Amino acid sequence: MENKKRKGDVLFSKYNRGEGIKKALSITREDILFELRDSKLKGRGGAGFPTATKWTIVAAAIADQKYIICNADEGEPGTFKDRVLLLEYPELVFEGMVIAGYTIGASKGIVYLRGEYEYMLSSLEDYLDSMRKDNLLGKNILGKSNFDFDIIIRLGSGAYVCGEETALIESLEGNRGEARNRPPYPVNTGYLGMPTVVNNVETLASIPHIITKGGEWYRKHGTDKSSGSKLFSVSGDCLRPGVYELPWGTTISELLKVVGAKDTKAVQVGGASGICIPKSQFDRSLAYEDVATGGSIMIFNESRNMLHVLKNFMEFFVEESCGQCTPCRLGNVKLLEGVEMIEKGEYKFSYINQLKDLGKTMQVASKCGLGQSSSNAFISILENYKEEIFNGNGGGNGK
Amino acid sequence: MLVMEKNAMTEEIELLVSKYGQNRSSLIPILQDIQRKHKFIPDFAQQEVARLLDIHPVEVFSVISFYSFLNTTPKGKYIVRLCQTISCDMQGKASVAKAIERELGIKFGETSRDNKFTLEFANCVGMCDQGPAMIINERVYSKLSPEKAVQILNELK
Amino acid sequence: MESKGDFRAPVSQTPHTIEKPKDTSTIGGMISVDINEKKISVPLGTTILEACKIAGITIPTLCHHEDLCVAGVCRICVVEVQGMRTLQASCAFPITSPIKIRTSTPMVRKARKHILELLLSEHYGECYACFRNGKCELQSLAKEYAIDQFTFGHVTEPQYEIDNSSYSVIREMSKCVLCKRCVRTCIDLQEVGVLESIDRGDKTHIGTFLEKPLADVICINCGQCINRCPTAALRANDPSDEIWAAIDDPNKHVVIQTAPSPRAAIGEEFGLGAGHSMTRELNTALRRIGFDRVFDTNFTADLTIIEEGTELILRLYKALVKKEQVALPQFTSCSPGWVKFIEHYYPEYLDNLSSAKSPQQMFGALIKTFYAEKAGIDPANIVSVAVMPCSAKKFECNRPEMNDSGYKDVDYGLTTRELAKMIKEAGINLPEMPKSNFDSPFGEASGAGLIFGATGGVMEAAIRSVVEFVLGKKAEDIFEKANIIPLRGFDGIKYMEIPIGDKVGPVPQLLKSLVPNWDWLKGATLKIAVAHGTANAKKIMDDIKAGGKFSECHFIEFMACPGGCIGGGGQPIPTTPEIRRLRAQAIYSEDESLELRKSHDNPHVVKIYQEFLTEGPCSHLSHKLLHTHYLKRGRYIA
Repeated sequence: MENKKRKGDVLFSKYNRGEGIKKALSITREDILFELRDSKLKGRGGAGFPTATKWTIVAAAIADQKYIICNADEGEPGTFKDRVLLLEYPELVFEGMVIAGYTIGASKGIVYLRGEYEYMLSSLEDYLDSMRKDNLLGKNILGKSNFDFDIIIRLGSGAYVCGEETALIESLEGNRGEARNRPPYPVNTGYLGMPTVVNNVETLASIPHIITKGGEWYRKHGTDKSSGSKLFSVSGDCLRPGVYELPWGTTISELLKVVGAKDTKAVQVGGASGICIPKSQFDRSLAYEDVATGGSIMIFNESRNMLHVLKNFMEFFVEESCGQCTPCRLGNVKLLEGVEMIEKGEYKFSYINQLKDLGKTMQVASKCGLGQSSSNAFISILENYKEEIFNGNGGGNGK
Repeated sequence: MLVMEKNAMTEEIELLVSKYGQNRSSLIPILQDIQRKHKFIPDFAQQEVARLLDIHPVEVFSVISFYSFLNTTPKGKYIVRLCQTISCDMQGKASVAKAIERELGIKFGETSRDNKFTLEFANCVGMCDQGPAMIINERVYSKLSPEKAVQILNELK
Repeated sequence: MESKGDFRAPVSQTPHTIEKPKDTSTIGGMISVDINEKKISVPLGTTILEACKIAGITIPTLCHHEDLCVAGVCRICVVEVQGMRTLQASCAFPITSPIKIRTSTPMVRKARKHILELLLSEHYGECYACFRNGKCELQSLAKEYAIDQFTFGHVTEPQYEIDNSSYSVIREMSKCVLCKRCVRTCIDLQEVGVLESIDRGDKTHIGTFLEKPLADVICINCGQCINRCPTAALRANDPSDEIWAAIDDPNKHVVIQTAPSPRAAIGEEFGLGAGHSMTRELNTALRRIGFDRVFDTNFTADLTIIEEGTELILRLYKALVKKEQVALPQFTSCSPGWVKFIEHYYPEYLDNLSSAKSPQQMFGALIKTFYAEKAGIDPANIVSVAVMPCSAKKFECNRPEMNDSGYKDVDYGLTTRELAKMIKEAGINLPEMPKSNFDSPFGEASGAGLIFGATGGVMEAAIRSVVEFVLGKKAEDIFEKANIIPLRGFDGIKYMEIPIGDKVGPVPQLLKSLVPNWDWLKGATLKIAVAHGTANAKKIMDDIKAGGKFSECHFIEFMACPGGCIGGGGQPIPTTPEIRRLRAQAIYSEDESLELRKSHDNPHVVKIYQEFLTEGPCSHLSHKLLHTHYLKRGRYIA
């Protein structure tokens, strides 16, 4: 496969293998945490939790064993940036894990690679071997006495929900991928009950850059509240789909121009669990302070039927909900049924409004992020494409 | 299952347990290895895994049923997973699906009579920029057209 | 309490909670919280649900159960915590810092209503045609939240077939709300491991290994899942229609035996609080319903003590004096759930299981032989019913080997709940019944038989007799009021040593043919243990397997159900530690009020050895009628 990507000045800037680990080992843990805090790096999976805070809690914890887990269960529809990072920049990801291990005091890193990416496994294993050969992994890494660290790769088995960090940990522990109750959080009680950092692939890949070039350098990119750059996985109706590194704060219309999108009607930001941005809001910027996202950008042009898009999303959630909590297990079914009613033109507006209300309950009452975000598309698409959906396709049959 | 087959299976699982460790965290890697080799996880294997990891067979069964890539009934030698999520859908998944069904003479969700192919839909396989995409066993095929998909299948036949 | 606190598996339900501090007086040990503007102080790690209870605020729950670990899956108990975007499940949220909680905001009320409406939309059936009508937690929540319509629809067709393969437990998954209490009961509390969540998403359901019918998996029939199911998804296999038919058949002589635990709990079904024993009221009610004779299972409990105690003495004699290979420790065998558990999980230890039948089955064999002869009734026309606190007793009476009388020894096992239903159907209000006695020829029994109902009771009853046999002293002279306190209470595993000392008594008449004297026991220490709930049984068995402390025991009592029979799977719902405590208390105080408190003092027992089992305990006839054998089932499922 060939990966189209546009390089930016941060994540895809020049990097020499081993540089980050070497630098990290030459300074103290406190220095690393300082740079990280200074960089204002936030989690790239979508939730945007400050990475330095996560690391600091685990670094301060007293435990026999700590873990760093790389969340490579990239399952959000429309996301494939981790695929590109792992295939082409494994050094950034793995070195990020080594630096994390050094900082928090972990000796074991686990990459949870989604089952769909099994084809990468052997090349990644080879890469880890080469790191071991160069003493970038293993015992007394780069001569640093008492710093042992190694990485294993564990494959997922086809469950979107395992991208949720506690479901991921459950899966690693040999269980169904059902999200845990929180608190306690993984930083306190994570994998096998031990303090655990779970970071997104892209977050970890940012670490070696931050360590070598400094937190201040990183912070200079992006906006005040969203530092650095972001990888966007762009797909759908555009000339140049692929992975784009763009500074935070880029507006949607700027992005559309870069990727060669025409006649765009809607942009789904954040995948199936994200929100649908209509034309009227294309001046909004992609940043934590405005439209926060893990980087999935799906573009729909004027020819697309938004109800069909919504149905595809809802079918996805009905299947991919783990099924443990009531709002998510049954709520998504009801929302999908609602979409089907609209499709057939057999609906009452009052009932559709009740479903939107139910969607809002799902956002606050579900156990984990999946259920809390699965109704986003339902609410935003029905809201923003009222005319198209209820007058066009619904044929005005609504009573 | 014959006694000899059972013994071989037990031996195989014992090896896997010693490879991954005798704890519950090893469950999924062990199941994945069995799945890879046999294309499904037989009843007896589930009970042996349960015995060796000191958990209940129903827990093994429960875990298998949770994950899309693990199954308890035999599947074809090649498991074809065509992505059904929106990006691939917009790029022509439906016509690819039709072509595949026509070529193999089975519907999605079914296994061919010669046990060679199983057709399944998958949710987003992370090839949205190069859709439609499908995964056959662990290989990924992108930018499919109906003709290209048929050609790929024919090469495997 | 019981086995709580030592969980394993399942899955997301493992208690990833925060430990409460042992000493709350340390700094940070107590946290002040503001609940609906009421300020209270709670120990660190207290859940919001617990804190609300302290504050006197009711929070609706469905997946939460006092006996089980936290699940946090039904989401009905959500509350607002200030500063958090989403609502929090109060059952699963441990308080670690001062927080403000609001339990009745518009968002909370709407969420709860939505959740109920969602559950109702998938919950098959109509309340008025349901055995849990009036006792269903989903129904009472719907009432509490004034649900007056099915906003999100209501299923009209069952989604799953009813599994009625088991003699004991019927599963109707179309009524399941996926609270997973049964899963946590089966895997955590009982360590049986039959039920788990299967599939995911909208297809998620509770199932068995390979979706097999319950009769084909390693279900031990304990019925604990029934006791904790909030709806009618799980219920016992009810034989009351057949029993009514027998009662209505003039050619049938219908007798019923009542076990002590149902008597201590049945009042709950008639609106009484837990802990009211209804023994004699029940006798009257049963006669009014139409049972021809009412017998006391305690009589055969006394007999069990004699048979099982003698068996123990024989085993010890063989081991210590004759130096023969004998399976020790001896395990009790009166709990059919436990028997099936060991048959599946530890079949290599079946020789340790006492061959004495359970009191129910001994009675069954005697009714269709001894009693039939005495009363001059053709045993073919006798229908023998047993009221038990237990769902596994239904399986037990259907075991093919339980036909030693030449007929099916016990025709029907009836649970406390089912009997209450029959009494109500007959228009009888049990608490208003005058008291009456049991029928002869078995009459009244001892308090030793009575306390079989609580964990440790069988052992206490046995020890009362054994010490009198061996030491020649009154049990009262050794234990105050003959109450053996270390064997009581709800610790998961209890252990006790009884030194025999240098002075032994004469061998009583009953045992003279079996042992010459007690000299061989001089200086020995009798080691005994008690476990209730199969999770605790498993701990002891694993310890024995590993050659630990329990392998040196002589006698161990095992009960499948937490709390023993008073917490049985056929008892009134709900069950909580407090309810079980009160039921046990009722049994112990009834025992203390009796004159007759030792099995071997029971004149009817003495008489049966004089008139019928003339060769004495563990003799040929007693072996034929009162003893049984077991099946090596193993844990593999074909």
